[in-house]
Amino acid sequence: MRTSLKWSSYRVSVGMEIVSALRVKSLYKIYGNRADKAVELLRDGADRDEKLADLPVTAAVVDANFEVRRGEIFVVMGLSGSGKSTLIRMLNGLLTPSYGTVEVDGVDITTLRPSALRKLRREKISMVFQHFALLPHRSVLDNAGYALEVAGVPRAERRERAHEALRMVGLDGWADKLPQELSGGMRQRVGLARALAAGTDIMLMDEAFSALDPLIRREVQDQLLELQADLGKTIVFITHDLNEAMRLGDRIAVMRDGRIVQIGTAEQILTDPSNDYVAQFVADVDRTRILTASSVMERPLGVVDVNSGPRVAARVLRETQTSAVYVTGRDKRFLGTVTADAATGAVRDGRQNLQEIVSTDHVRTVADDTPVADIFAPCAESPHPVAVVDADGRLAGVIPRVTLLSALGSVGTEVTGEPTRPEAAGGPGAGPAPAGTDGTTTPAARTPDPAPAVADTATPEVPAQVMADPPLRLEGEPA
Amino acid sequence: MNTAEGLDGMLPYVRIGEAFEAGVEWSTERLSPVFDGIATGVESLVGPLVDLLTAPPAIVVVLLIAGLGWWLRGWKFGLGAALGLALVAGMPFWEETMSTLALVLVASALALLLAVPLGILIAENPRASALARPVLDLMQTMPAFVYLIPAIFYFGVGAVPGVLATVVFSMPPGVRLTELGLRQVDREVIEAGQAFGASPWMILLRTKLPLALPAIMTGVNQVIMLALSMVVIAGMVGAGGLGDVIMTALARVQVGAGFEGGIAVVILAVVLDRLTDSIGARTAAAKAQRAMQQA
Repeated sequence: MRTSLKWSSYRVSVGMEIVSALRVKSLYKIYGNRADKAVELLRDGADRDEKLADLPVTAAVVDANFEVRRGEIFVVMGLSGSGKSTLIRMLNGLLTPSYGTVEVDGVDITTLRPSALRKLRREKISMVFQHFALLPHRSVLDNAGYALEVAGVPRAERRERAHEALRMVGLDGWADKLPQELSGGMRQRVGLARALAAGTDIMLMDEAFSALDPLIRREVQDQLLELQADLGKTIVFITHDLNEAMRLGDRIAVMRDGRIVQIGTAEQILTDPSNDYVAQFVADVDRTRILTASSVMERPLGVVDVNSGPRVAARVLRETQTSAVYVTGRDKRFLGTVTADAATGAVRDGRQNLQEIVSTDHVRTVADDTPVADIFAPCAESPHPVAVVDADGRLAGVIPRVTLLSALGSVGTEVTGEPTRPEAAGGPGAGPAPAGTDGTTTPAARTPDPAPAVADTATPEVPAQVMADPPLRLEGEPA
Repeated sequence: MNTAEGLDGMLPYVRIGEAFEAGVEWSTERLSPVFDGIATGVESLVGPLVDLLTAPPAIVVVLLIAGLGWWLRGWKFGLGAALGLALVAGMPFWEETMSTLALVLVASALALLLAVPLGILIAENPRASALARPVLDLMQTMPAFVYLIPAIFYFGVGAVPGVLATVVFSMPPGVRLTELGLRQVDREVIEAGQAFGASPWMILLRTKLPLALPAIMTGVNQVIMLALSMVVIAGMVGAGGLGDVIMTALARVQVGAGFEGGIAVVILAVVLDRLTDSIGARTAAAKAQRAMQQA
């Protein structure tokens, strides 16, 4: 029944509009009497702790800059006190920034009058809350239709649209209940229905799933991804749970002490953490679900053009001492392999054309954005290194079994002396504790410098980050 | 007056009482049309209500109240209320009890008419809250019959000073519980209203007040109970009703009559308390709270 994971980052790679739904520029939120002075100091480059210590202020958000693209899930991740809740409340004007601008569809909302701001919230931005924030004295249906009631939609239409939203989250049969009669997960689906019924393009989700049990959380995450695949909302999702961030986020912004320390895809943050803080934060995650084929693949040793003939193939095989060569056609499109037997046989028979002996039987092909977890099976079935192809079918690299095995094998040596972490066994999204809060976790030794393996450069060595994998889990997800 | 020794002698003699007296005298002279208007208004409320309650035979009113009790709380309470009120009618203090009930209802209604909006104001406005707090403390702790003295100045003797002194005395819990109820409303729920574009007015009417209603109803209950205790004291200024019965018994040292008057007050108090309490329990928010506790 469970739908396969939709790794959001793969979905948006093509055809995305460039127009951003939300744009945040030099955004500050300082609490205290001397907020203006504090902003001035911070803009001059003061550290949050240093000069600000003299002022009676708290800097909740410091110099936030980002854009949220239309239709993406943008996750803001940070521990409590990192300013993420303050940040999200400035996006719909619940909090007024101390400095900076927030643009929604190109309109700077920080200059709007209260009535215009309310209109914008009704029409463009809805919100889902951590503790659901439903009206306890009203039925599920009335709660789902709340935004429409506020907007003055006539009762009949309101009820119809609220029913529709409840249907979308699978709660239509519960319309007449009170929120208290529902379980936590169901209540949050009502919260989601309320936001969906509002019909806004942008949805803010403030720790929306954090109050739920891990298994329930995973269910509603799946449901959100399913809905999102149909609806294509622009979602800003706040969480302290790294696995949740990785699961849902097309892009992730990591916050610390009020500053955004890194923005990138899940993979970028894992493979190329911008600093030790991020690195430590991501040390716990199940990388096999985040890392893709393109980040572990190697340069194929033997590649021959389809027009070069069996003789060349046989020579390359000899030189590289491999048992098969990878054959590419026009535009480097991957065609298949030629094994040593086939090549020598063709040479003996005096055949000139490589095309005739190219076979796809001896090698499995995976897309370059396949999660590493899904490569184990093809890798085990394939006699030769798995071929990695990009979106246009070009050969991007190969993954020999030994590469995956070495990633597996090095787990034990990297995390010596540390007991198996329970959340690692649960897979992403199942860990109850926020990743990185566990004080006992040793930050894996890592070398931040080497560039991550990317599709067109195919670095030969496995990125150092892979070595810190927690115990892998092969069962569970369908291939 | 007296010359105190040592440090006490250095403190100035503050004539706060005289100042208050002067203020009352001044306002009696200057504002008499206002007070006359208020007096007429209160009289026009109390008089007809007493007539209404005493016009039908006692048994009809007893059965009406008992029926209400049955509907709100069940047959046991309905039966108890019928027996208690029949006892009152049999003593026989029926007319006095009904006139006390009328005074309580008018005084409570006026007190709540002032208390609930004031409670909303100070819940929404921290500055008003800081201002109102000491005033509410004063209103609540000032010995009850002190209110009667200026009330006589303004309104003479009778039901009107009794009702107005009762309004002042019974108002504070109404204000406080309204404020408390509004402040207790979950911040995130209010934020949700804001996030979906509701106006402050809409949030107050459709979110805050419904959710504060159980607390406000507790306030209503408290106001009525305090009003009941006060109207007896108001018997001192000739407000009539059971207060009169008790004051007369006190003056003539009639133990039996005093006890009878006291019992009538107790019965009226219990009936009013249980009835208002069950109205509070029937609000949607109170039902929601119970559902939450069961879950």
